[in-house]
Amino acid sequence: MKKYKFKIKNLDCVNCANELESALQKIDIIENVSISFMTQKLFFECAEEDKEQALEKIKKIIKKEEPDVVIEEV
Amino acid sequence: MDQKMKKQLIRIIIAFLLVIVSFLIKFENELYNNILYIIAYIIVGYDIVLKAIRNIFKGKVFDENFLMTVATIGAFCIKEFPEAVAVMLFYQVGELFQSYAVDKSRKSVASLMDIRPDYANVYRDDEIEKVDPDEVNIGEIILVKPGEKIPLDGIVIEGESMLNTQALTGESVPRKVTLNDEVLSGCINNDGILKIKVTKEFGESTVSKILDLVENASSRKSKSENFISKFAKYYTPIVVIIAILLAIIPPIIGASFNDWLYRSLSFLVVSCPCALVISIPLSFFGGIGAASKIGVLVKGSNYLEALASTEIVVCDKTGTLTEGVFKVQKIEAIGFSEEVLLKYATYAESFSNHPISLSLKQTYGKEINEKLVTKTKEISGEGVEALVNGKIVLVGNEKLMKEYNIKYQKSKEVGTIIYVAINNEFAGTILIADKIKDNSYKAIKLFKNNNVKKIVMLTGDRENISKDVADKLELDEYHAELLPQDKVSWVEKLMTQKSSNGKLVFIGDGINDAPVLALSDIGVAMGALGSDAAIEAADVVIMTDEPSKIANSIQISKKTMRIVKQNIIFAISVKIIVLVLSALGIASMWSAVFADVGVSILAILNALRILKIKNAF
Repeated sequence: MKKYKFKIKNLDCVNCANELESALQKIDIIENVSISFMTQKLFFECAEEDKEQALEKIKKIIKKEEPDVVIEEV
Repeated sequence: MDQKMKKQLIRIIIAFLLVIVSFLIKFENELYNNILYIIAYIIVGYDIVLKAIRNIFKGKVFDENFLMTVATIGAFCIKEFPEAVAVMLFYQVGELFQSYAVDKSRKSVASLMDIRPDYANVYRDDEIEKVDPDEVNIGEIILVKPGEKIPLDGIVIEGESMLNTQALTGESVPRKVTLNDEVLSGCINNDGILKIKVTKEFGESTVSKILDLVENASSRKSKSENFISKFAKYYTPIVVIIAILLAIIPPIIGASFNDWLYRSLSFLVVSCPCALVISIPLSFFGGIGAASKIGVLVKGSNYLEALASTEIVVCDKTGTLTEGVFKVQKIEAIGFSEEVLLKYATYAESFSNHPISLSLKQTYGKEINEKLVTKTKEISGEGVEALVNGKIVLVGNEKLMKEYNIKYQKSKEVGTIIYVAINNEFAGTILIADKIKDNSYKAIKLFKNNNVKKIVMLTGDRENISKDVADKLELDEYHAELLPQDKVSWVEKLMTQKSSNGKLVFIGDGINDAPVLALSDIGVAMGALGSDAAIEAADVVIMTDEPSKIANSIQISKKTMRIVKQNIIFAISVKIIVLVLSALGIASMWSAVFADVGVSILAILNALRILKIKNAF
């Protein structure tokens, strides 16, 4: 398991962040998903080899839930 | 205020002016007034309506954009034009204020933590290049001029200066550095010019670690945050369902449809959760920022929350409550001056590598003329005999005095006592002991003032020394002569003594404390600047060696929790009151807007108070 941190942009409100967070928590290959609205960061843990696949799943859910939101690696 | 906010503000102002005009000038044909309202509505709310339409297709009906759109369009339908525009207008004012406040607090926390260096002056090919700290490699030489931040951790190879470490430690007294001293990134170079050899990459340097820590803190959410987001999850659907029922059932049994639809629309306005939710993470964020300002890094909102219910504080002794350095504390000379006694003792011990000899040399502080010392004889377990400047000097413990039949006076001090005899006459005693930090007294007092029920000291040191420290500090309990595993079992035992919501805080210097740090509710590592292991193991890191900082953090935590509770209770009760009043037909849509936007603004203002705590200590 490796910890990853991404910048998450265009989140409108805390509640949207919370809802997106619970949607992302349903992805099976990542753990300890957390979105900080205050620092605009997305945190998650996953196995190093699963990273690309995890990102794809995350982006898919973001597109569905909050289409304006983009994530960037820091 | 950024571009996006400015644009929003202009839209709000234009819409507001249109509403005023329409309010003041009554056209003969009401239609013109209504057209003005509709134009104002479109200007201020078009983005919300667009988002709402997009969300319908996704089935997200509890989304606030959707709820606001339904509430306002509903109001238009029952010909409540001013209300419809006002709801949208105030909703946008609330949104704008919210993003302004969040942005502002982000910036002020960032400035509290203003330690990120912008550049480094690095020597490359005999010239100084200004580069991003990220691009400097280990082993390269950097130049730091007065007034600049030290960009990377390293060792001074030329120059000396006073460093301002306030941003890192909250400590206002500058620290002197000179050749071969280690320097940490984030400190500000006050006066001299320093050449520094870089020992860590930027990503691994103190500055990056600290910034990372504070940033990651908001990922560990507090119970209050989880409570409020759970509350929001149920609150909105319930209110929306009641709103639908209000619009349907009473008209079926014959009540006025328009009247009940109005009440139902008020419900929709109050149903938005965001106003309720925003102030809580904002408060914690501010609290963590305020703590870092005084040199305390809290690694999660959950720990900040827990600190407020601290019941038991467990401290390590050496290095935590005491300075951890053995120094000459007291000299009692008989027939000589204190200085002369110290001189003879130091000379006699000068060939020894014993810690006692080191303490003596440090206190004596002058050059030792080794030619004056002859015939040094170490008597194992007792002390030293030497000929110093023609005088026979005995330095050691009581056994040594007895062995040489010296008539000595037994000292009542606690610590390591050195007896000195000169030419077979007792000449006095020197007390070498660890000293209690001045700050510890303040810390213990502050703990007690903040409802800490029990303060316990656990130490591996001897019983009599530990008792002395515990008595002087008026601790509730102490346990001495403990092995590391004994400390673990004591903490286990103490964990059972607190009440169900109470928390146990362990404070240590972070060395060999890992099991205890993990076991306690909140593990605090002290003076941990530069010690990676301690920063890793602890939940809270104090950058200086002052235990009172933990008491200050408890104060910050309590203040944060007070504000969090005020906000939760205030927001929920206003919402419920307005819901009840709207259902009864007493409250208008105007009060519904207040319950949504007004409450959110007040809660945010309340939360921002936490940042004001920064100069309180």
